[in-house]
Parts: sequence; structure tokens; C-alpha cells
Amino acid sequence: MFDTDILIVGSGITGTALARELSRYDARILVLDRGSDIAEGATKANSGIVHAGYDAVPGSLKAHYNVRGAALFSSLCESLSVPYRKCGAFVIGFDAKDLDTLYVLLQRGESNGVKGLRILSRDEALRLEPSLNPDIAGALDVPESAIVSPYELAFALADEAALNGVSFLLGQTVTAVEKTGEGWLARTGKGESVSCKVFVNCAGSSGADLHNLISDFPLHMTHRRGQYYLLDRAPVLPFSRTIFQCPSVMGKGVLVSPTVHGNLLLGPNAEDIPDPLDTATTSEGLSDVLEKARRTWPGASIRTNITNFSGIRAHLSTDDFLVGPVSGAANAFEAIGIESPGLSSAPAVGLELSEMIAASMSLKRKNAVVSLPRRPVPFHEMTDEQRNAAVESNPEYGNIVCRCECVTEAEVRQAIRRPVGAKTIDGVKRRTRAGMGRCQGGFCSPRVAQIISEETGIPLAQITKDGGDSYLLSGTLASFLKGGSVNE
Amino acid sequence: MNKQYVDLLIVGAGPAGLAAAISAREEGIESILILEREQEPGGILRQCIHNGFGLHRFHEELTGPEYAQRDIDRIRELNIPVECGTTVLSVSDQRVITCVSASKGFRRIQAGAVILAMGCRERPRGALCTPGTRCAGIYSAGTAQRFVNLEGFMPGKRVVILGSGDIGLIMARRMTLQGAKVLACVEIMPYSSGLNRNIVQCLEDYGIPLYLQHTVTEIHGRERLDGITIAQVDKKRIPIPGTEIHFDCDTLLLSCGLIPENELSQGAGVEISPLTSGPVVSDNLETSVPGIFSCGNVLHVHDLVDHVSNESFKAGKAAAAFIRNPSHAEARFAVCDGTGVRGTVPQRISAAPQEDVQLMFRPSDVFRNAAAVVECGGQEILRKKAMIYTPGEMAVLTLKKEVFSTLSGDTITVRIEGEKNNG
Repeated sequence: MFDTDILIVGSGITGTALARELSRYDARILVLDRGSDIAEGATKANSGIVHAGYDAVPGSLKAHYNVRGAALFSSLCESLSVPYRKCGAFVIGFDAKDLDTLYVLLQRGESNGVKGLRILSRDEALRLEPSLNPDIAGALDVPESAIVSPYELAFALADEAALNGVSFLLGQTVTAVEKTGEGWLARTGKGESVSCKVFVNCAGSSGADLHNLISDFPLHMTHRRGQYYLLDRAPVLPFSRTIFQCPSVMGKGVLVSPTVHGNLLLGPNAEDIPDPLDTATTSEGLSDVLEKARRTWPGASIRTNITNFSGIRAHLSTDDFLVGPVSGAANAFEAIGIESPGLSSAPAVGLELSEMIAASMSLKRKNAVVSLPRRPVPFHEMTDEQRNAAVESNPEYGNIVCRCECVTEAEVRQAIRRPVGAKTIDGVKRRTRAGMGRCQGGFCSPRVAQIISEETGIPLAQITKDGGDSYLLSGTLASFLKGGSVNE
Repeated sequence: MNKQYVDLLIVGAGPAGLAAAISAREEGIESILILEREQEPGGILRQCIHNGFGLHRFHEELTGPEYAQRDIDRIRELNIPVECGTTVLSVSDQRVITCVSASKGFRRIQAGAVILAMGCRERPRGALCTPGTRCAGIYSAGTAQRFVNLEGFMPGKRVVILGSGDIGLIMARRMTLQGAKVLACVEIMPYSSGLNRNIVQCLEDYGIPLYLQHTVTEIHGRERLDGITIAQVDKKRIPIPGTEIHFDCDTLLLSCGLIPENELSQGAGVEISPLTSGPVVSDNLETSVPGIFSCGNVLHVHDLVDHVSNESFKAGKAAAAFIRNPSHAEARFAVCDGTGVRGTVPQRISAAPQEDVQLMFRPSDVFRNAAAVVECGGQEILRKKAMIYTPGEMAVLTLKKEVFSTLSGDTITVRIEGEKNNG
């Protein structure tokens, strides 16, 4: 039984942004998530774009939070040492109808306050991005569009929140919420319970289910899956900007974009699915993505594909975010329906929702707030001189664990020792990039598992890929021949 | 910052790097340094505890570690330094190497000649684009082999193997002997890409079915793998609806091909062949960058370690010659793949090779009652008959060094004549 002032359900980009903002106030805060780690839902599987804000309908919450959030991104990522790059974007059109759409987006963007938008001729667009399909009719240039590593931002937000006293309870799914006098009691599937004064729903794809447990105003949410290809890093990528096609009712369509780590991302398609946890890829979905990506990039080759993945967008029938007090439920707040541009909006949603909650509870600001220490430059990005200095100060920088992404033992250990540290193979992967490269952990996962075991004391045979029953191993050779195994 | 000079720097202390070092020393090169990223020399042989190594070179059947140990012993006798736990970070076209280790820190080394012997890696799931969930329990066969043979852990209990490469076949037997149930080995091609002896000794002897022209079409399981679906494929390797078979399993091992690991080579500006994914080399195993040589599985994926050692002895000898006289022989002949041939190494031959030239390649299909033919300028210069040529086994054709002065053309073509047989 936990007792807290504020319970935030969901540790995605919105929940962690909110937790960090609220950690500036004098209050006990607990973040609960069903994942074994931070950012296990949509935050770990999306396009990683900070949208400039030309797409959302003026007057919508999406437009408001997107524009305000995007403006906060650069300094936020700088202060948290999170990879972020304003690489710009094109929205390309193929015919007169598309060009009309580009003008609508231009006007929309301007009324949303987006700077630098302009329509480019075919030739100008092709000169700037020579790998584009020569059949384009024109493009909308969006210089303010940026890319970010979304899960790394969530990790940093969570770490800073934790440094300022926020607790995290991971691997717990809320199954029931009861009103208790002025507050709430949340129960989890594992029999744990949390009592709180204020309940906040940032539960991503479970947002509507959780809302419907406490509100008399039911919501309907659909789950829209998007599949991706992630291609290997290359010295020169075919595109320097994010390339969007004209948006449709199902979303922003298939994009081709560099990532902050120098990979190339193709996706997502959009398909409504019944199960909000079904992040499988399908051959139809992947073919669909490739076919559509080839419209942007006729030379698209998946020969260097590293992995495929899919993410789930939580789409409310109102087609907008829902941010604020929960209708018909006192001392409860929510930020749900956070589909695209949810990542771009998160800093603003976190900020404004924290102000609403603080006002409702009359919270006082703390006198001092701890900033997240600057994260060392990744070994992979260091100069020779920096590498020399790093190994001299800590010999563990001399042991390369992941050869593909050049990640050192020192960095793997640091990732496990962070305030909200990695406990799984995927947790180390997302924090350090060990296993994120072209061999997909084939060489480094045995060593990473060993280091996790050393750091956490978890026996090697109980290390998981990603929590739950995702065991890497079935037991020692000896236990096996005896007919048993440690996991039985 | 530390700076050092060596005559010969070898990247990798697997069988290729060790053999290259031995031959360079026997050629009189004193200043040799081998850098190895693992904690011990021996390369992938360390985890290959099965036998079958060394039949050609030593005329006995050794295990992987035994084979490696013979070279390691010789390296120690010759007093050649091997620095383990040392990762090479870059190689420049001027043969400047940067490397890092916990014990010696970050270093920059100028080498008179460099031999690239980094080996290869396995194709991971991502490269296959197999749809489904991304649960635990999917390993490349080599990773599973490391867990079992070096770490002492079993990756799973009920296993399906995708791909019939040698490591996959070996692991089918290994997992079975260790108490797991291997349900099937699934191969998309109409033939196995592994050695025939491995099909017999690792699958047939244990009653493990081999599904040819099948592939995995879906992966099931949210946290740990709980099953896979396979289906038959048509001639274009597209799954045929209605032929699906489901297996309840907790482990899928992938043995779907090996890729020479040439990121360092590319950083040095070495030209890479799209056919072998290894450097383009001339008959002395020199790459397109003068003084940088390549041998073993980083050059092209071999079937037998005996071939790796043999090739690497040549690379060591050639590097020694370069150190004594740093000149880059111009290529006179281009070697081209003809019908039935894929990825012949070397790709270039000088006007007057110092030694007999071995052309090595993988047949692109199974051929029976066939002959490998080498031609130049319309003239047939070699014909080697065989009952069978198969992609699982490297074909080796030796051209006498004397023959080259008699050739009039510039292009040497290798092809296979015979009955294509997919049976």
C-alpha cells in the first residue's frame, strides 16, 4: 500500500513531462506504469518528430499544445542532454489537389504561429533533396520541424523528476480506481494499491479505459497501429530533412526521415486494431509502408534494414487531445487522446497540466530544484582527445561492449545506475544504443545481461529482454539436464 | 597521447589473424601486433566445441578450440604479441589505427602494413523483415551457441531453426544433446546452405525434419516467444497461402547467412564488393588501399576454417613483401563471375603473380555432373569436373602462375557448366 499526494498513471512522454513539472512543487508524487520501464508504450515507438504545428486545426488543443510545446523543445533537450536536431521538413504534393492542400497547411501553420513556412517549386525542392521522387509537383518547406529521441527524452524527464523526489512504481497495471473521501484509491493487477489525493490519467492507449473507470462521461478510443522500418546508419543519408506526404483523415501518412542517431526511418502506415497492446508487425503492413515510402523515395532500399517495429496511437473520437480536470470526477485530471502531435506537445501539456493541478491543490513551489547532471558525451561521438581522457579517468570506457554502435562498458553501467535506471536488455539498449545497431544485439546481449546481473544482483537466468516473462535464458545447462529450469 | 609504430598490425586474433601473423613472422617480419576485441584469442572457434575442423590442414578432426589452440601455441612460440580486450575504432588509408582498451587506454598506431581479419557477423531478424511480435527468445544461432558453450546457459526448451547454415545445423544437434527439443529446421531455398555432412550428422541422425522451400511467416508471443508459423514458398520465395504449419516453441534460432564485418574497412576507404560484402582484393589479397590486406571471413564467408588459414598465410606473406618493398602491383586481369558463379575472390590479378592463384567462389545453385571452367580472351585455361557443385561448399580452382604470361585478354571469367539440380 502506497500513499501519495499525486498519482500519475503512465510514464510515457506526457506522464514524465508532467512528473518533472510537478516535482518543482512541494508534494509527494508517484508515477505508476504497467511497463517494466519508462516509456514502453507509444513513446518508444513513434516517428520522433517535433512537428512545427502546421497540421493541427487552429483553435484545437492539438494546435495550441503543439506550437507551445515545440517552442520549448530546444532548451528542454539542451538542459537534459537529449539528442534533438532542427533538421527541417518538406510536405510534398504530387498534383493540383495536393498543392491546394499544401496551401491550406501553409495558412493553417501561419495562423497557428509557425515561422518560416513557404511553398517550394518542384525544382527547388529537388535541388534541396535530390533523392525525392521527381514526379512531385511542389513542397511545403517547414524549417522549424525537428527530430528528437522520444524515449531518451522520457528517460531524462523521469530521471530529473526522480532527483526531485518523484517515485516510480513500474510493472503494475491499474485495474480498479475507487473514490475515497476527498481522494482516490488505485488497485493494480498484482494486488498493490496506491491511495492519493489527486489522480492523473496519462495512460496513453489505456487512457479511455481509465477515464471510464472514474468519469460518468464515457469516452471512445480507437487504437491505430503504425509500422516502421529502421535502416542502418550511413555516412550520407538520402534525405537531410523529414519528408511527409500530404496528410489524410488517418494521419500524417508515411514519412521518410533521418533520426537523431543517423538512421533512416520509414513509416508509419495506419490501421485501426482492436487490441491496444498488439504491437506486432504484419507482412501486409510492412509492404504498405514500403510501397508508400517509395512514392517519396523511388530508390528506397530495405537492404540495410535493422529492424521493424510498430507503435499504437490512442485516437479519441473527438479527434483532439483531452487535457484538464476529468469531467464529473473531483480531484482527477487527465491528458489523454495524446496521438500525434503528442510528442511535440508534451512539454506544454506537462507544464499547463501541472499548473492546473498545483492550483487545485494550492501547492507551493520548492525553494530549490535539482537539475539533471549533464550527460557525458556518448563515446561514439567523442573526439580522439575526449576518448583518451575518458579512458584515463575510467578504464571501463576502454571496453567496447556494443561494436556496432560503439558503446562502452562504462556507459552500460551508467545507464543501469541512472536515477530511473535500466534493468532489462531493452532498457540498456534504449539508454545507450547497445544492441540498437546492425547486429541487433547478437554480439553484445550476453555481455549486457552479465553487466545488468552484476549491477543489480538479478541472477543471469532471470534477466529479461523487456520485463514480464521476456526471459532471455531458460536456465543453466546443469539445471536443464536435470529436467528443471530456474523459471519453472 | 600514446603513439606507436609497428611494421604489421593485424585486426583480429581469430584463425585468419593468427595464421597471417605466423606467416608474416616466418617471412622475417619482427614487429607485429595483433589486436583482438574479445578477452582471448581464437575468434569464433572458441565457441565451436564440435569437431570437424582441420581435416585438410592437419589431416585430423579437431574441435574449434583445439584448432585455434594450435595457432595460439605457435604465436606464443614465435613471441608475437596479441593484445586482447582491445577494440580497433578506426583504420585510415594511411594505415593509422586508433584503438582502445581498459589496460592501455586510447592509442594511435602507425603501421607499415595492415591486415584486416575481423571476421563476419550473422544476419539478424531485422534483415529478414520477418513480421510478428518482437518478443524474447529469438536469437541468431551464434549468439545461442555462445550462451550454451561459453556462458553455460540454455536459451530455450522448444526450438525451431530458420535457415540451414552450418551454425544453425550445429546448434540443432547441440540443443538436442543438451536436453532441448528441436522441432524443425526451416530453409527458404530448395537446398541447404550448410555442409552435407552437417545435414546428416546434425539433423538426420536426430530425426529433426528439414523443411526446404519454407520460411517463417509469423512470430507469436508478447513477452517470450510462444510459437511461429511457417509456410511453403513459391519460386519467387513468396509464401503460399494455405501451406501454413504452426509450431509451439519458445525459441527461434536464425541461421540465415553471414555478413563480413567491414565497417572498419569502409572507414579506410577500401572498395567493397557488393557480391561478397568483403573488400575487392588482388591475387596477393591486397585491398584497393595500398598496404591494407584482407583475409578470412571478413574478405568472404568461407565454409571451412582450413581455407581461412590457407588464405591468411598468403595474406601474411604478401603483407611481409609490402613491408620490405612498399609497392602496389597494378592489376592486369579482372576476374568476373559467369553462369552459376557468385563472388569470386580475388577480383583482380596482377600481370605476373608471385605464386599460383586460387580462385574461390560459391556456386549460385546446385549443379550435378558439372565442371567449373575458367576462360580468358576466348581461351579455356582451366576445367575442373565435379559430381556436385553446391552453394554450401566453396569451390577452389588453382591457376598456375605460369599461365598468366600466356593470356591475351584482360578478363578472366569463371563459370559452371552442368545440370542445374534443385533436388
